[in-house]
Amino acid sequence: MKHARIVITGVGLTAPNGNSLTEFRKNLLTGVAGIERLDVRYMGSLLAGVCHYDPLKYQKKKDVRVGTRAGSISVYCAREALADSGIDFTTVPKDRVGIYIGCTEHGNVETENEIFNISKFNYDTKYWSHYHNPRTVANNPAGETSLHLGSTGPAYTIGAACAAGNMGLIHAAQMLRLGEVDFAIGGGVSESIHTFGIFAGFKSQNALATHEDPKRASRPFDLARNGIVVSEGGCLYTLERLEDAQARGAKIYAEIAGYCVNSDASDYVLPNPARQAECIRKALAQAGLKPADIHIVNTHATATPLGDIQECEAIRAVFGEGCPDTHINNTKSFIGHCMGAAGALELAGNLPSFNDLTVHPTINVDNLDPLCALPGLVLNQPRQVAKVDTILNNSFGMLGINSTLIVKRFVP
Amino acid sequence: MTKDECKKVVLDIIADIAPDEDLSNVKPDVRLRDQLQLDSMDFLDIVMELRKRHGIEVPEAEYQQLASLDSSAEYLTPKFNALAAKS
Repeated sequence: MKHARIVITGVGLTAPNGNSLTEFRKNLLTGVAGIERLDVRYMGSLLAGVCHYDPLKYQKKKDVRVGTRAGSISVYCAREALADSGIDFTTVPKDRVGIYIGCTEHGNVETENEIFNISKFNYDTKYWSHYHNPRTVANNPAGETSLHLGSTGPAYTIGAACAAGNMGLIHAAQMLRLGEVDFAIGGGVSESIHTFGIFAGFKSQNALATHEDPKRASRPFDLARNGIVVSEGGCLYTLERLEDAQARGAKIYAEIAGYCVNSDASDYVLPNPARQAECIRKALAQAGLKPADIHIVNTHATATPLGDIQECEAIRAVFGEGCPDTHINNTKSFIGHCMGAAGALELAGNLPSFNDLTVHPTINVDNLDPLCALPGLVLNQPRQVAKVDTILNNSFGMLGINSTLIVKRFVP
Repeated sequence: MTKDECKKVVLDIIADIAPDEDLSNVKPDVRLRDQLQLDSMDFLDIVMELRKRHGIEVPEAEYQQLASLDSSAEYLTPKFNALAAKS
């Protein structure tokens, strides 16, 4: 079956180290991480990736008060992406716009806030907020975005643990190909740092990173890595069918080349390298590419002792030693784990490589774990390379969901 | 509490729940919804904040008493005073 060609025409993001693609990319190339100390309810001072975008750039104060952090991040990213795309949104039929936002989880923040709130009233539920339900429904971030934009087409979230950011993009591409919509906004967001539960959960798993220097805490592949830094963030893209993008003379960042989503079916939390490798191989097959055709592999690695090794095992199984032009990096070393936004943000940070032929490194690797010593790993300093025509982006999540997305340089 | 003080209490709540609104010229005899961007959820906010901040209960059947600042003061001032007398 011949599919329509889908292209990325706009990027809007907020990351712990940047509120635009330009700022984010600059910091990825100059080694600037964005991790800081955050006071977390019941737990005290913890390391986290906090975004510092201006919510009032696009929202009213009341919208920020009534809505959720994930909704606010979504609105910011969507508006930034639309502005970046150059489209005159007033001319776009609003019922043909699809909004597809990946989330790791949603609702925990507001539920925790309300339980804390009623704890001050002897747990009397008459003090429970009437906003609780619209804030906690799983479609909230997409719904707030559709409300803000006045778009009346499908708008919903995709729950896919930490594979969700890729899933937002993949789903957008699928809906464009099916002809369900003519213009899509897709990616992922996370508000997770505002829930103590995610920190406490990772801590109980012995998977929460600690380090005296926050900016060095997230260190995938380093021998001394000791877990995840939880972060918030968002990255939404505008996606269009190629002919529509060309008809309006749009700038094109990249073309969707192929993807795969599969499931481990083996454990609640432990990754499965065999299924991860299968996911990568199937994405390559769909893209019609061989492993050696991939120039950048952006890893999912979160800096857990076992997870990094297992992803390296999967990558080694696919790429082996025979891919001299394949360069491997990781973005979480700069921004921590942005959960539902991770896949989308991490892809965005690599897109400028098509133009500057530079691969951003993974930082904070003082002593490379021999079990993570992949050929092509770009450590601590950016690498100038001869060719970047393809980027493969891995994002994996709990309950064994894997996603691999491949984008390629747009060639008419 | 005087009625003017009561209006100030209501306006303070509205300032928090409708932070984009200019409250300097709210007409006390005009329905709040006719001069401010307030919806039904915002009125539930006013009810909730009266409960949380001041221990005042407004039964659903009496929500319409909060339509304007004047009607709010008329309705709420005796409640505030009754509460103060109890404590």
